[in-house]
Amino acid sequence: MKPAPFDYIRPDSVDEAIGVLGEYGDDARVIAGGQSLLPMLNMRLVRPEVLIDISRLDELKQLEKTGSGVRIGAGVTQGALAIWVGLEPDLPLIARALPNVGHFQTRNRGTVCGSICHADPSSELPLCLALLEGEVELRSDRGARRVPASDFQQGVLNTAREADELATNVVFPAASNGAAYAFDEFNHRHGDFAVVAVAARSEGARISLAVGGVADRPEVRHWTGLEGSAIDDALNDLAWELGGNDDIHATAQYRRQLVRHLGRKVIEETAR
Amino acid sequence: MKNLSRDSRHHVTFRLNGVTVEGFSEPRMLLSDFLRHEVGATGTHVGCEHGVCGACTILIDGTASRSCLMLAVQADGAEIDTIEGLANADGSFGILQQAFHENFALQCGFCTPGILMSLSEFLQDNPDPSVDEIKVALSGNVCRCTSYHEIINACIDAAAALRTSKAEAR
Ligand SMILES: Cc1cc2nc3c(=O)[nH]c(=O)nc-3n(C[C@H](O)[C@H](O)[C@H](O)COP(=O)(O)OP(=O)(O)OC[C@H]3O[C@@H](n4cnc5c(N)ncnc54)[C@H](O)[C@@H]3O)c2cc1C
Ligand code: FES
Ligand code: FES
Repeated sequence: MKPAPFDYIRPDSVDEAIGVLGEYGDDARVIAGGQSLLPMLNMRLVRPEVLIDISRLDELKQLEKTGSGVRIGAGVTQGALAIWVGLEPDLPLIARALPNVGHFQTRNRGTVCGSICHADPSSELPLCLALLEGEVELRSDRGARRVPASDFQQGVLNTAREADELATNVVFPAASNGAAYAFDEFNHRHGDFAVVAVAARSEGARISLAVGGVADRPEVRHWTGLEGSAIDDALNDLAWELGGNDDIHATAQYRRQLVRHLGRKVIEETAR
Repeated sequence: MKNLSRDSRHHVTFRLNGVTVEGFSEPRMLLSDFLRHEVGATGTHVGCEHGVCGACTILIDGTASRSCLMLAVQADGAEIDTIEGLANADGSFGILQQAFHENFALQCGFCTPGILMSLSEFLQDNPDPSVDEIKVALSGNVCRCTSYHEIINACIDAAAALRTSKAEAR
């Protein structure tokens, strides 16, 4: 339960961080809040040669509303976002989801970007990013690019980020006036990873639903003009399509039932 | 840029309960181990080493965090508070400790340092919490001995005592 040896590098700027990341690539791991990486290091599930610590870089602690939405730097902790004044008006969905991300002690250090880069299929923040169609900003020595959420998370702990790229920001589109949002999840104890998590957005007749914890990444579906038992039929089709696996937390069958039940609940909540 | 090689032990210093401490650490050494084995502050306990049990919870720059999920070299220059700092200057119990004592809120005491450090931050942010809020706040700390009811009662008493002591200080 102790990490294998590694070198520790603490760059003084984002440029330096990108420089060393370019130099070491796959041999390096970025450490932000360490709330997922340290457990993996302690259990020796990962054995990087080099750790690049970005947690002290003030450049990455920007949290601002821009034209395209809310832009959150890679140094912004989940706890800092939770007390941000713009959270409820601009990101009502995240305001609902955030209290479920671990415990206040892990949110004090864990970052928003780190959760999205870690890409656990039942994580709340990647689920919200997928539903809201946000983006991840990546930078390397080769340049900068923005990747939409639907292309970023590719599977279990697997993203489109190349080994030499630093995620510098994530951008969540701000809430639109005519839209309603809802979030819910089932877990065995508060603060545990969700067995199934769902997020919904409705605007006019259009309903979007994101489901986490069933497939190997959050899955989003859109429907128009869905009402009454047609909602149940759509959710049933979705549950079978996503499938799910048996594990120690729940059976696949139970997960599909949660998709039907929680899916209906959040869709109804957004219709109110 | 700081570049610390895996093969050497590096100087680390921080303020622990208001006093400067120092020691040497390989990059891979956890802060929890540094506190216990380098500094000798064994009040911080280690249960799971993956963030789940909460026994190792300390305050880092005023906020509750897992010391098993941080490297000692990351704590260089930090302001750290642990269970050793909770008692009054004359050695008598601090408010949280007294409330746990009076409510029988511990048996073996293994989880207690982490719970008290978690509650130190929680009660500062939320001086008059509801039982439900306390339950959520305690979800990150596992106790295998006592019933959680006593811990919740102790938290309610501690909150009231802290409010009184703050009002008196005014
Ligand atoms: C007890 C406990 C309970 C938890 N419960 C939940 C939960 O219910 N839901 C949930 O979603 N999460 C949960 N977590 C995980 C937590 O939210 C983490 O904070 C988060 O997954 C990772 O963020 P971090 O900043 O700690 O990243 P780190 O642990 O530092 O990094 C995670 C991974 O992302 C990479 N990375 C991080 N930042 C960047 C970057 N800027 N650029 C490139 N790569 C980067 C790292 O190299 C690493 O591979 C829990 C953790 C613990 C310890
Ligand atoms: S030892 Fe750190 S949380 Fe269990
Ligand atoms: S008192 Fe023994 S684990 Fe809590």
